[in-house]
Formats: sequence, C-alpha cells, structure tokens
Amino acid sequence: MAKFKSKKSNIRPEISTASLPDIIFMLLFFFMVVTVLRKDMLVNIQLPSASEVQKLEHRSLVNHIYIGQSKPISDQAINRIQINDAFVNKDQVEVAIRQLVAQKPENLHSRLTTSLQIDKAVQMGLITDVKTQLRKANQLKVNYAAYVGGGR
Amino acid sequence: MSEKKFRRLDPAVNAGSMADIAFLLLIFFLVTTTIVNDKGIRVALPPIANTPPKPINQDNVLTVKVNASNQLLVEGQMTQVEDLRAFTKEFIMNPQEREDRPSKPTAAIVSLQNDRSTSYDTYINVYNELRAAYNELWEEQAQQIYNASYKSLSKAQQKSVRAIIPLVISEAEPSDYAGL
Repeated sequence: MAKFKSKKSNIRPEISTASLPDIIFMLLFFFMVVTVLRKDMLVNIQLPSASEVQKLEHRSLVNHIYIGQSKPISDQAINRIQINDAFVNKDQVEVAIRQLVAQKPENLHSRLTTSLQIDKAVQMGLITDVKTQLRKANQLKVNYAAYVGGGR
Repeated sequence: MSEKKFRRLDPAVNAGSMADIAFLLLIFFLVTTTIVNDKGIRVALPPIANTPPKPINQDNVLTVKVNASNQLLVEGQMTQVEDLRAFTKEFIMNPQEREDRPSKPTAAIVSLQNDRSTSYDTYINVYNELRAAYNELWEEQAQQIYNASYKSLSKAQQKSVRAIIPLVISEAEPSDYAGL
C-alpha cells in the first residue's frame, strides 16, 4: 500500500477569489428577477396550503386583497382588510375594487382576477362579506392564494 | 505650449472590492423583496341574481357543512376531511346506481355551507378536497376517452371532459351560530 502514497507538497495552493464577484452577481440577478418590491404590508398573513393550486398568468391583470391581523401583532389586533396600501372597511371593498378596476384599460376588465391573500386564521364571516362585495362589484374571478403543498 | 507627458502605464482598477459592492446590493434586494406567491385555487363567484333558485332534486345534492368548530358534516354524517375526496367522487359518479344519488354526473351538485366562525384554513382544506375530487374524475375521464392525461389535452378536449362531469360547487349563505 505504501507504494501508492503520494507525496504531499507543503505549499498550499491558494484559492482564487477572482470569480467571487461573478458568483455574487449571479445571485444578485437571480433575486432581482424573481422578486418584486414588497408592498407595504399592514396586515400579517400566513397563507394556507392546498394541492389543487393553479398559477395566475398575468400579474398585471390581478388585483390583490389582503386580509389578516393588523400589525403590530398583539392580543387586541383584529382582522382587517388591506387593499392597495390602506385599510378598507368591509362595506367599502366594493368601492375600492371598482377604483382598482377603473385604473386598468377597459378592454381587459373582463379578464381581471382578484387574488385573495387571506391569513389561515381569519374566520369565514368576514371573507363571505368580502366575496359578496366582490360580486356586487362584478369581479367574479377570484383566486384563493395558497402555498403549494398539503394534498393528503 | 509645452506638451504634457502622459504616463503610458495604465493603473489597474482594483476589483477586490467588487464582491463587497455586489454583496451590499444582494443584501439590499434580499431584505426589500419577497417572492410573490401568485398561486392559488381559482374560483368563479356566482353573479348576484334576483331570481330565486330553481327547485332541485335533493338526491342530486351533496351537502357539505362545516361548523364553527371546523367539523365536517357530509350528507348528515360526521366525516374527516381525509375521506371527503373519495366520498365526493363516489357520490358524483354513483357507480352503484343508488336511488338517492344523482342519476348522471351532470346532475350532481356539491353544496358547501360553512359557519361565519369557520376558519379559512379549514374552508380551503375542504374546498381543496372537493376540487381534487373533480380533478381526479376529469383525469379518469381523460384517460378513458383520449387515453392521455387531462393536462396534456387541448383546451377543447378539456372542455368536453368537463362537460361530462361539470364542476358545480354551490356555496350557501353561511350559518351564524355564534351570532357574529
């Protein structure tokens, strides 16, 4: 066995760090591409997970409604609705959604989807009210945002 | 005019700090961004109708109720969410030709009712199972008719499969036991 013993040199080769910036830049570009600037979130949302999810195709054709506990989190925090960057009362959702729709070109109105980003722990009463408001605003395409997973 | 003498030697730019600059940018983007989740369960809400609903044969209706403590009642039986998918598939297809089941899949209606205190998590779980039941039925039909998976079919073919087993999930007004 000793035959095969290789001679170890005492000089350690130095690892070149010249390509380090390139690697970091690659990471940087990855994050720049896959991410969108975070909106000011006024509510805390932990999405549920589901197995039968579909991807929303056109991000520009989606309106978002966020429902969750208002920040800062405390015992007194209540579930509130956020649209665009402000809280909205549950009976004003229709107006707020109509405003969002009006900002989009008219020929796309029939293709708009509303993405409901709702915290797991929210009770259905509030959500039903929001859905009724959406029906009044004639925004019938809805997407319950969920993480991929679950699937028992 | 005296000619100035330029040095011919270009000083090399030190690229050693490039990594640091890139790191700073990277950290900035890491902090200020979130990966948006644009996936979810797609649902079409019913338009607001003034006409009262047509009377329907109760045999065709699969009643799914979720109460305020997130318990599930399917056709009057306490059920676990895990069993809902199989039960729904069996109900819609009615392989045993039972009298109290829809005579054909096109007649089947799933009626989902929850309480105002039901948690969203439970609701999504239940809804997901119902959709999964339909997705599996469509997959089976696609295999039977086209010998291909539902996803690989063309839009028209998918539509024809859905016409055989139409997705009808009707949501009733939620109950309100807690008086919210």
